Amino acid sequence: MINWHTFFFMLFATITCAFAVAVVVSANVVRMAVCLIASLAAVTGLYFLAAADFVAAMQLMIYVGGTLVLLVFGVMLTARGPFVSMKITPANWLMAGLAGGALLILLLCAAVSVDAWKTAAVAESAAGREGGHTVARIGMALLGLRVDALEQPNPALRGGMAGYLLPFEIISVHLLVVLVGAAHLARARRTKKPIEPPSGTSRAA
Amino acid sequence: MPLLNQPVSLSHYLVVGAILFACGILCMATKRNAIGVLMGVELVLNGAAVNFVAFSAPFLRGDAELALGLDGHLMTLFVIVLAAAEAAVALAIALCYYNTHATIDVDEGDELRG
Repeated sequence: MINWHTFFFMLFATITCAFAVAVVVSANVVRMAVCLIASLAAVTGLYFLAAADFVAAMQLMIYVGGTLVLLVFGVMLTARGPFVSMKITPANWLMAGLAGGALLILLLCAAVSVDAWKTAAVAESAAGREGGHTVARIGMALLGLRVDALEQPNPALRGGMAGYLLPFEIISVHLLVVLVGAAHLARARRTKKPIEPPSGTSRAA
Repeated sequence: MPLLNQPVSLSHYLVVGAILFACGILCMATKRNAIGVLMGVELVLNGAAVNFVAFSAPFLRGDAELALGLDGHLMTLFVIVLAAAEAAVALAIALCYYNTHATIDVDEGDELRG
C-alpha cells in the first residue's frame, strides 16, 4: 500500500534536489537560471505537503514569479559572449567540493540524530486536520494578534506571543528603502566614454 | 517499496534542506559569474526556509507539542521577502558593475574604484 503523501513528497524532493545539483554542475548561466526556477517551484510542493499553504503560495508568487524573473532579467542583460559559461580550475572544484561535502555530511548527521524527528505522528490526525488554512491566522499574527496561541499555559512564554506587528512594519520599510536604493543603483546613467565590447573574460583595457 | 510505505517525517525534510543548503554553498564557491553566486544565495535561503516549514508542522514529528507552529511560517515569509529585497539590490549592484567594468566575472572585481 503506497502512502501517497510519501509518494508526492519523494517526487517533489527528487525534483528539488536534482535541479539544485544541476544548478551547481551546469556551467551555462542560462541553464542555471532555468534549473533554479524548476528547483524552487518544486519546493512549493514540499511546502504544501507540510500544510503550509500560504507560505507555498507566497513562494510561488514572490519567489518563482518575482525574484527569479528578476534573476532571469539579470542573466539576459549580462549574458553575452564569454560570460555565458565561465569555467574554474579543477583545484578550485576540489576545494569547494571538500568544503561543501563536509558541510553536507554534518547537516545530514544532524538531520537523523534526533529520534523524535524520525517518527511521524500520523495517529494524531487532529493535528493534521488543523494544518492548512493558515491564511487568516498568519494575517492576524502580522497584525499583532496570535489567535492560535491565545491560551499559553506557560507564563514564561506568554510574553513571546505578542504577534509580529513590529517585524512586519520593519520589513515593509526595509523593502521600500531597498527598492528605492536598487532603482537608484541601477538607473541608466550617461557614460563619458562608450563601453567597448568585451574581448575575453579578462577586463577590457 | 518500503521507502514509499512509511509516512514522511521531519528528517526527510531536513535532508532536503541540507542538500539545498550544500548545493547553494557549492554554487557560491564555484561560480565566477556574479549572477551565479546570487543563485547560490537563493538556494541557501531556500534550504533554511524548508527547515523552518518542516519544524513548524506538528504532524511530521513525534513530539508534536514542540512544533514551531505559526512562528515557523512567519519566519519563512520574512525569509522570502528578505530574499526578494536581497535579489533586487544584488542585481542592481551586478548591473552597475557590469556597466562600469564591462564584465560580470567576480574575480575581476578586486578593487573598489567605481
